[in-house]
Amino acid sequence: MQDVIEGRVWTLGRDIDTDQIISGKYLTIIDPDELKKHVFEIALPEFAREARPGDIILAGENFGSGSSREHAPQAMRAIGVGAVVADSFARIFFRNAINLGIPTIEAAGVRALFEQGDRARIEMRAGRVTNLRSGRSVEFPPLPHHLLDLLEAGGLVEKVRRELAARSAGSGAAP
Amino acid sequence: MSASNGYGATLAEKVLARASGVERLVPGQIVEGQVDLAMMHEQGAQTVGPFHQMGAQKVWDPDRVVIAIDHWVPASTEGAAVLHRILRKFAAETGLPHFYDVGRHGICHQILAENGWVVPGDLAVGTDSHTNMLGAMGALATGIGPTEMAAVLALGRLWLKVPTTIQVRARGALGKGVTAKDLVLKVLGEVRTTGAQYRAVEYTGPTIQGLSMPERFTICNMTTEMGAKAGMVAPDQTTFDYLRGIAKHPMHPLTPDPDARYERTIDVDVDGMPPMVACPYSPDNVRPLPEVAREHVKVDQVFLGSCTNARIEDLREGAAILKGEKVAKGVRFIVSPASTAIYEQCLHEGLIETFTEAGAVFTNSSCSACFGGNMGILAPEEVCASSSNRNFPGRMGAKEARIYLMSPAAVAATAIRGEITDPREFL
Ligand code: SF4
Repeated sequence: MQDVIEGRVWTLGRDIDTDQIISGKYLTIIDPDELKKHVFEIALPEFAREARPGDIILAGENFGSGSSREHAPQAMRAIGVGAVVADSFARIFFRNAINLGIPTIEAAGVRALFEQGDRARIEMRAGRVTNLRSGRSVEFPPLPHHLLDLLEAGGLVEKVRRELAARSAGSGAAP
Repeated sequence: MSASNGYGATLAEKVLARASGVERLVPGQIVEGQVDLAMMHEQGAQTVGPFHQMGAQKVWDPDRVVIAIDHWVPASTEGAAVLHRILRKFAAETGLPHFYDVGRHGICHQILAENGWVVPGDLAVGTDSHTNMLGAMGALATGIGPTEMAAVLALGRLWLKVPTTIQVRARGALGKGVTAKDLVLKVLGEVRTTGAQYRAVEYTGPTIQGLSMPERFTICNMTTEMGAKAGMVAPDQTTFDYLRGIAKHPMHPLTPDPDARYERTIDVDVDGMPPMVACPYSPDNVRPLPEVAREHVKVDQVFLGSCTNARIEDLREGAAILKGEKVAKGVRFIVSPASTAIYEQCLHEGLIETFTEAGAVFTNSSCSACFGGNMGILAPEEVCASSSNRNFPGRMGAKEARIYLMSPAAVAATAIRGEITDPREFL
């Protein structure tokens, strides 16, 4: 995880729920490269075609509400989204996105500072999001240590892998 | 009772304290909780990859893992068939005995409830957002994603932030034709879809104490729509009676301290409350049903199903209204019981006949029309009255379709008239 993340911004409104991120009809798709073709099909139809790795998603309140479907952040990761920033998140989406290693930033008031196509700079440890066009910024409480560690490790899979490996090395025998 | 910091603990704080082996917790604290029960449905298929990538060899405790497929049962697409096969193979390889496969199937939350998989004091997690339903047992039950579930299967624990708690205190008696669904819709209209984000909601008061377990399930189930981490009811005699003979592991009944500190208390008086309805396109867009009924909202489809309201009590309620009546011309009425056990009960009680004679279609148990990916999918511009829990754009199919959420009694009345109808007209 980089401490400073910059990228082009895609703006979304409030209450973008997981049905609008990945519709129920695509839930049997496992392949993230297939999933990413359908991301935001309802909320932002041009996104799947035009998004580039490193782009930042910037939404209003309650982003990712609704079901527990991990397909939503998975599709974003497959696109290579650099970060997801919102005024607030639904809790399962927040956990899922962090677990997949996507920098996920809750910064109240951030949505009002941005328009579609602006560039954003996110300072993870300092806790600041800046609009590089207008120069305006908003502060947020930096993520707690264990979540920064998780992002640092590249996500939950890698973190648990290290823990299990350390455990079996410690016990001197594979389980 | 009150600890050193001068006030008592909420139910959520107590359950998390037990799960993490810490004597006293405060909101905002991050803890590692030992999981008592882990549940997966089809989304669990996405758990298998990360589980192997983590290098995990075995599941921490196979007796505390339940797999219940429900979204596409029997498999309705090739993709779903593949998900089912992945889960069957994983269960066989890792020795997971509690797999509710086709024939014993049901909606995952109902499977947990009716088989006593979650008991008072538990920390339960599931790969579904409505896992909150099991909080009705006096447990903290919450939804997680499949990657996180892989970590739970490997380690048996997960991190949680101790939530603040909103207390909902209900008093008064529900009138005839007014149900627990109407009560939770009323609360949802007040709390809104973001009002309980990251928080626990604890339901208390004489009205809640007087509710049956199925009614408490309905209420805790829709707490998910408030954005909550958990919806909970403190265990009492009703809980213990329900679990007698079926509890799968020992209970640790916990109750909140009388001087517990709540972030906020919402008082609801249900005396004289009419049936409620959540209008498109949000479950918090709640209005009194009689008011909406006066607008003569015509429906194309009616759905009596889902983990919110498809238990035997719900189906009896619907059937009682439908008996001797006919489903309105041009209306498709889909009835889907929440589990195979409930299906069998309907069969013995003659409810299937009541529904089909009236012109409804009675399906096998599954999530059915609830989520727009299996059956009963809506076309653009269609209108549906549903006993389920979500009415976001695209939830049951086309994004333009309009969904109205209401009680089982109200959907049955609506199916007969072909427009949104106050169920009290049939009582
Ligand atoms: S019935 Fe609906 S809300 Fe319940 S688990 Fe199934 S899809 Fe989800």
